[in-house]
Amino acid sequence: MTSAEPVIQTTRAPRVRRTRRSRIRIALKKAPLSAWFGMGVILCYAVVALFAPLIAPYRETQVFSEAFAPWSHEFAFGTDQLGRDMLTRLIYGARNTIGIAFITTILSFAAGVTLGLLAAMYRGWLDQLLSRAVDVLMSIPSLIFALMLLSIFGSSITSLILVIALLDSTRVFRLARAVGLNVVVMEYVEVAQLRGEGPAWILRKEILPNILLPLIAEFGLRFCFVFLTIAALSFLGVGIQPPSADWGSMVRENATLITYGDVTPLLPAGAIALLTVAVNFVVDWFLHSTSGLRDEN
Amino acid sequence: MKTSSVIARERGTDLLTVRDLHVEGFSDERWHPIVRGVDFSLKRGEVLGLIGESGAGKSTIGLAAMGYAKPGCRITRGSVLFDGVDLLSMSEARRRRLRGSRIAYVAQSAAAWFNPAHRLLDQTVETAVAHGIASRGEANRDAVELYKRLQLPQPETIGFRYPHQVSGGQLQRAMTAMAMACRPDLIVFDEPTTALDVTTQVEVLASIRRVVEDFNTAAIYVTHDLAVVAQMADRIMVLRHGQTVEEAGTRQMLTAPAQEYTRTLWAVRKLAKPEIEARDHILTIDNVTAAYAGGVKVLSDVSIRVPRGRTVALVGESGSGKSTLARVVTGLLPAMSGSISFDAQPLPLSLKQRSKDLLRRIQMIYQSPDSALNPRQTVEEVIARPLEFYLGLKGEQRDRRIGELMHMIEMDESFLDRLPGELSGGQKQRICIARALAANPELIICDEVTSALDQIVQEEILKLLIRLQRELGVSYIFITHDIATVRAIADEVVVMHQGKVVEQGPKTEILTSPHAAYTELLLSSVPAMDPDWLTGLLAKRKRQGTLDAAG
Repeated sequence: MTSAEPVIQTTRAPRVRRTRRSRIRIALKKAPLSAWFGMGVILCYAVVALFAPLIAPYRETQVFSEAFAPWSHEFAFGTDQLGRDMLTRLIYGARNTIGIAFITTILSFAAGVTLGLLAAMYRGWLDQLLSRAVDVLMSIPSLIFALMLLSIFGSSITSLILVIALLDSTRVFRLARAVGLNVVVMEYVEVAQLRGEGPAWILRKEILPNILLPLIAEFGLRFCFVFLTIAALSFLGVGIQPPSADWGSMVRENATLITYGDVTPLLPAGAIALLTVAVNFVVDWFLHSTSGLRDEN
Repeated sequence: MKTSSVIARERGTDLLTVRDLHVEGFSDERWHPIVRGVDFSLKRGEVLGLIGESGAGKSTIGLAAMGYAKPGCRITRGSVLFDGVDLLSMSEARRRRLRGSRIAYVAQSAAAWFNPAHRLLDQTVETAVAHGIASRGEANRDAVELYKRLQLPQPETIGFRYPHQVSGGQLQRAMTAMAMACRPDLIVFDEPTTALDVTTQVEVLASIRRVVEDFNTAAIYVTHDLAVVAQMADRIMVLRHGQTVEEAGTRQMLTAPAQEYTRTLWAVRKLAKPEIEARDHILTIDNVTAAYAGGVKVLSDVSIRVPRGRTVALVGESGSGKSTLARVVTGLLPAMSGSISFDAQPLPLSLKQRSKDLLRRIQMIYQSPDSALNPRQTVEEVIARPLEFYLGLKGEQRDRRIGELMHMIEMDESFLDRLPGELSGGQKQRICIARALAANPELIICDEVTSALDQIVQEEILKLLIRLQRELGVSYIFITHDIATVRAIADEVVVMHQGKVVEQGPKTEILTSPHAAYTELLLSSVPAMDPDWLTGLLAKRKRQGTLDAAG
C-alpha cells in the first residue's frame, strides 16, 4: 500500500509462461538421434500391435499344407512347424506379447507405487512389514519363482499377468519408497498434514506429482523386463499358450531350423531385442533430460 | 619462503585489476548476462567488500576474480589481471597452479566443502603440499600456527578431528586456515559467516580480520550483510543487476552514499514498529516440556504468553528450541508435559485430536518457501485448497476470495497459473502468506520467514505482515535470530537459550535494558553499521574477559 518503489519491483509481471506444448516441442528438438530412433521403433510396434488384423496377410491360426516352408512370395518369412504363416504370427505376436507386458507393468506399478508410498508416509510397523515381505520375495530368483507359481496356478493368461505383476512390483515398491521418502520430509507435506488432509489426498496431490518423472522412466525399464520375462516363460512353455502367437514360443518352436542355417527363428528374437533397445534409448534420454544434469563444456 | 614474499607484499601496489568483465549464465535455453561490464582494482593488503541483492552477480564476480566460472556460466569479455598476468587468457593448467597457492577461496557453508572422510589437518595442508610450497611436516606445523591465530580451541589437536566433530563456526575458521596455508596474495570470501549464529559470527569475523591484517593479504569479501561488510572492508562496491552502482571507501560509503539505490539498502534495517500494549492473551503455554523420539529433551519447562492481535518474537540461536516450540504449538510434536490453552480453551496437545476448525485457526509460515510450496501446484491450487477444505468455498465465491487474497499480498491475478519455480523468493513467500490467510486464522506462526530473503525483500514482507496484522487483527509468533527483524515487527520478545526461556517482556525493555547475561551477549553480537563496531566490541569484551581464547 504505502510502500513505494520496491514493492512494484517484486510484484512485477512474471515472464510469459510456456505452454505444455511448447515445452514438449523444445524437449523434442533437443532429443538425440538415438531417442528419435527409439520413439520411431516404438511407434511402429504400437501401430502393428493395434492394427494386426488389418496388416497381417492371413489369420492368426490359419494352417497351410506345407510346414517349415522357405521364404517365398506367398509366405514372406516362410511357415512354422504346423504350416502357419510366419509373418502373420510375428504381427499377432506383437499384439499378444506387448499387450500382456503392458497390462502387467501397469498392474505392478499400481500395487508397487501405492504400497511404497504408504510405507514411506507411515514408516513404523507398516514399512517394516511391507519392506521385509518384499525382501523375501526378492531373495528368490524371480524366473524360478514365476515358474513355480505358474505350475501351481496353471498358465492361463490371467495368472501369468498376476504372477509377473506381483514379482515385478517388489522393484517398483523399493523405488517408490525411496523417492517417496525424499518427498514426505518436505515442508509442503507437513503443511498438508497441519491443514488436516487425509492420507489419500497427500499421497495423490502432494507426493505423487513430485516423483512422477523417475517413476515414468522406471516404467519404461520395467516394461522391458516384463516383456523379456514373458518371452522367457513362453520359451520355456509356461507362458502364453498355443494357439496364441507370441515371440518367445515362436523362437522355441522353430529353433531346430537354426541347425539348417535358416535365420527364421531369429526374427521373433530380433523383434524382442529391437523393442528392448528402443525402449531403453527413450528411457535414457528421458532420464538424462529430467535429471537436471547440465553438460559441462 | 616467507620472508621474501612478505617483502614483496608491500601494501599499495596493484595486485588485481578487473576490466570490463562480462559473465553470462545459461538458463531457459539461452545465455543471459549475469555480470555486465564491471571494473575494479585491488591493492595488496586491501579488503574490498562486494554487496548487493541475490542475483546482483557478486558471487560470480568473486569467482571470476580467480579466473573461474561455474558450470553453466561463461566469461565472455574483459580481463582479470592478477599481478600483471591475465588469468583469462592463460592455460587452465597455469590457472590451477595459481589457485590455492596465490589465490584462495572461502565458501559460505564450510560443512559442504570439507570432505567428511578426512581429518581437518590433512585437508588444511593438502594444497600447500600438493603445490610443493612446503613439506608435509612444515605444513602441519604451520597449520597449527594458523589454528592458533584463528583462535580455534586446542590448536595442537583440533586438526586430528573430522569435520563433523567441530562446530560450524570452527569449521568456517578451519576453512580460512586452509585458504591461508599457502599464504596467498588474494583470498575470496563468499559469505563466510552467513550460515552462522550472531554470537559465533563475531568470533569468526574477528579471526578472519586478524589473519588478513597479519599476513597483509588482499581479500574480496562477498556478502549481503551491510553491517558485516562495514567491519571487514576498506572499500565497498555496491552491485545491482550485474553492474556497479557505486564504489567508495567504507566510511564514506556508510555516511554519504551517492546513489539512491545505496540509500535504500542502507535504510532497510531501520524499520521499527512502536510496540502496542495487549489486552488479553490468545495463546498461553504453561510449563511445556518436549523431546524428540531419541529422548533428548529439547524444551524444558517453557511458559510463554502470546497477546491477541500482537506479535511475540522468539529469539535465540540455532538449537535453542525455537522451531521445536512451533512444532509443539502446531501439535506436530505433542508436548510430554505441560499445557497449552488457545483462546481460553485447552488445546489438545496432539494434531490428531484437534478439530478441523481448530487447525484452521492456527496457521504456519515457513522459512524456505521453496520447500513449503509444492513445486507441482500452481499458485491458484495452493491458495484455493484451504478455501475449499476449511470454508467449503466453490466456483465464483472461491475465485472472488482468491482475487481478494492476491490483492492483500500485493500481487495480481496474472500470477495464478504460475508454478512456484517461476516466481522470485519474495513472491513465493507472499504466496505462503496468502495460503495461511486463506484459512482466516487467528494465530500465525512465522518460522524465520524472512531469513532466506534479500534485505529489501525482507523489509517488504515485514511491512506486509505488519499491515495485515493491523487490518485483520491476527496474532503472530515470530521466530527469528535476527535482532533487526525483532525491532521491526515485535511487540513482545521471548529470548530462548538451550531449550529454556531466558527472558520474556515488552520489546523496548528487553532490547534496551536486558536483565539476563545471555540476552546481553546476544544483543551485543549483532553487527552495527559502524566500521568501528567490531573493534570496539572486541576491546570491550577483552576488558570484561567474556571472550575467552577458546571461543
